Amino acid sequence: MAHSASDIAAPVAQGSGGEAKMASPPGVFLRSQKRKSVNLGDTIFQSSTTFFAFLVFVLVFLMAYEMYRGSVPSIEKFGWSFLTREIWDPVQDEYGALVFIFGTVVSSIVALTFALPLSIGVAVFLSELAPGWIEKPMSFLIELLAAIPSIVYGLWGVFVLVPWLRVSVEPVLSRNLKFLPFFTGPSYGFGMLAAGIILAIMVLPIITSISRDVLKAIPTAQREAALALGATRWETTRIVLSDAKSGLLGATLLGLGRAVGETMAVTMVIGNRPEISASLLAPGYTMASVIANEFTEATSDMYVSSLIEIALILFVLTVLLNAAARLIVWSVTKKFKNA
Amino acid sequence: MKLGYSTYHYWRKSKSAITTTLCVLSALVAVVPLFLIFFYSLSQGIGSLNLNFFIKMPTPVGESGGGMANAIVGTGILIGLGSLLGLPVSIMTGIYLAEHKHGSFASIVRFLTDVLSGIPSIVVGVVAYIIVVLPMKHFSALAGGVALGILMIPTATRTTEEMMLLVPHTIREAALALGIPRWKVTLRVILPSALRGITTGILLALARAAGETAPLLFTALGNRFWSTDIGQPIAALSVFIYDYARAPFADWNRQAWAAAFVLIFLITIINVIFRFVTRGRYAGTGNGH
Repeated sequence: MAHSASDIAAPVAQGSGGEAKMASPPGVFLRSQKRKSVNLGDTIFQSSTTFFAFLVFVLVFLMAYEMYRGSVPSIEKFGWSFLTREIWDPVQDEYGALVFIFGTVVSSIVALTFALPLSIGVAVFLSELAPGWIEKPMSFLIELLAAIPSIVYGLWGVFVLVPWLRVSVEPVLSRNLKFLPFFTGPSYGFGMLAAGIILAIMVLPIITSISRDVLKAIPTAQREAALALGATRWETTRIVLSDAKSGLLGATLLGLGRAVGETMAVTMVIGNRPEISASLLAPGYTMASVIANEFTEATSDMYVSSLIEIALILFVLTVLLNAAARLIVWSVTKKFKNA
Repeated sequence: MKLGYSTYHYWRKSKSAITTTLCVLSALVAVVPLFLIFFYSLSQGIGSLNLNFFIKMPTPVGESGGGMANAIVGTGILIGLGSLLGLPVSIMTGIYLAEHKHGSFASIVRFLTDVLSGIPSIVVGVVAYIIVVLPMKHFSALAGGVALGILMIPTATRTTEEMMLLVPHTIREAALALGIPRWKVTLRVILPSALRGITTGILLALARAAGETAPLLFTALGNRFWSTDIGQPIAALSVFIYDYARAPFADWNRQAWAAAFVLIFLITIINVIFRFVTRGRYAGTGNGH
């Protein structure tokens, strides 16, 4: 044990007392002083907190390793072509992730198309325009909405959003925008559009609250300077927005990460059909929802292994998105804190 | 010349007015549907809630009535298991992060907990399946608990850290000046002052875990019968919502709304408490954090 040495060394130094530490010439008693200042309780406490912190460190890598191990059969059989194969056939035991990657990417793009302009608008409203008595309760409610479970959004999607889309929205879209490939085919209600909208609603609170924090981190002096030069409110806001550009990008990436991994709400409204279609009205399938739907039913080893590989892809994707987003948000807030 | 300037001036003014209006409008457009969802779920749920929901077992397919007593207990057990596994790690890691504010390993761990919070819950479910279900060869409450435990770590860790950092540095310095060893200062002085914030922060993490569905689908699996055995599949409220929402029986759909109400209610209450507890903590002590 490392601290046994300090136990022996302690009585030697004890005679000199605490004050001697300061008086002793530099270099002579340095070693024993160092030992003495380390209390046994401190050593135990320090090393146990360090141990648990290390556990968290290990956990992230263990997760990646276990998933990699689980997907070895599928990786060996299909290789990189797993990412580009359109086939998903449990009967023939042939698998490829392209359909699901497509579904995840398209539903996330639809979600961000709706959510991004709105969230930035709300964030600007909250940080630049709204008076305190509106801003505080509204921010609180938006944070609360980010905490509502995915399954509740899914429930609302199934019973309110999907019927509404089927009866009132999708027929109108397909009648009037027939020339676009995105709005063709029958209106099921369940489909890519429903998934995109529910995702937009779910990522909106996240992008909004982080954007608001980023905007608030911009020093007030910046706004005052602009106003003093005679800038209008919008011109001031534009300056603030351009200062916050990279922070807003980070917020968007975090929202994207959430949209990519969102499972329950999407699974409940997307229709779960492994097909690639240009039409947003057609049912689709995402990486997260295929895992949710088929994992318990997967009978062959290759089937399970392919699903685990999809989980691994999702893991890598979200880790990259989150790491990038965190680094960006960190560097921005740090910059303005030091300024 | 003068006219040109003034036209431009009005153009700028009106542009500002237009964009300001757009911002307010987007706030309305974005926020109204969110609140509609929130209050729609609440009103649907409260209309569907009755005493049977809490004390009766689920009925066989097609029969109406019954409740989710087993799922309420099941969710409780899953959260208990998750806390048992996740909270000690989170609290100790949180303490480590707070004590080593600028350490390089602490920065790495802090970064990893942030990244961990962004990993989809379904991926965590797959990991729990690999490390618990596969070796045990069957679905179990324990596997669900492992998944929830991992999911709790980011929130609980960061809350512990942030709440400990909120305690003014002068308190730590005063205690150290009295000659109290560091570990005692942390455990007996700093931690108790931060305890209220940490507890509610952890409650927040638990409430979030209670709503998790995806990681339970192939770990805890769900169960229509009474079970408190952690080695066996167990019922959970969130999994019941998923099953009942897809069922073609109006009465089951009604019960799904009731369960959703219970979850929303729980989360709202805990969020309000958290807001209340952390509001104005040590504000104005000049701590600089």
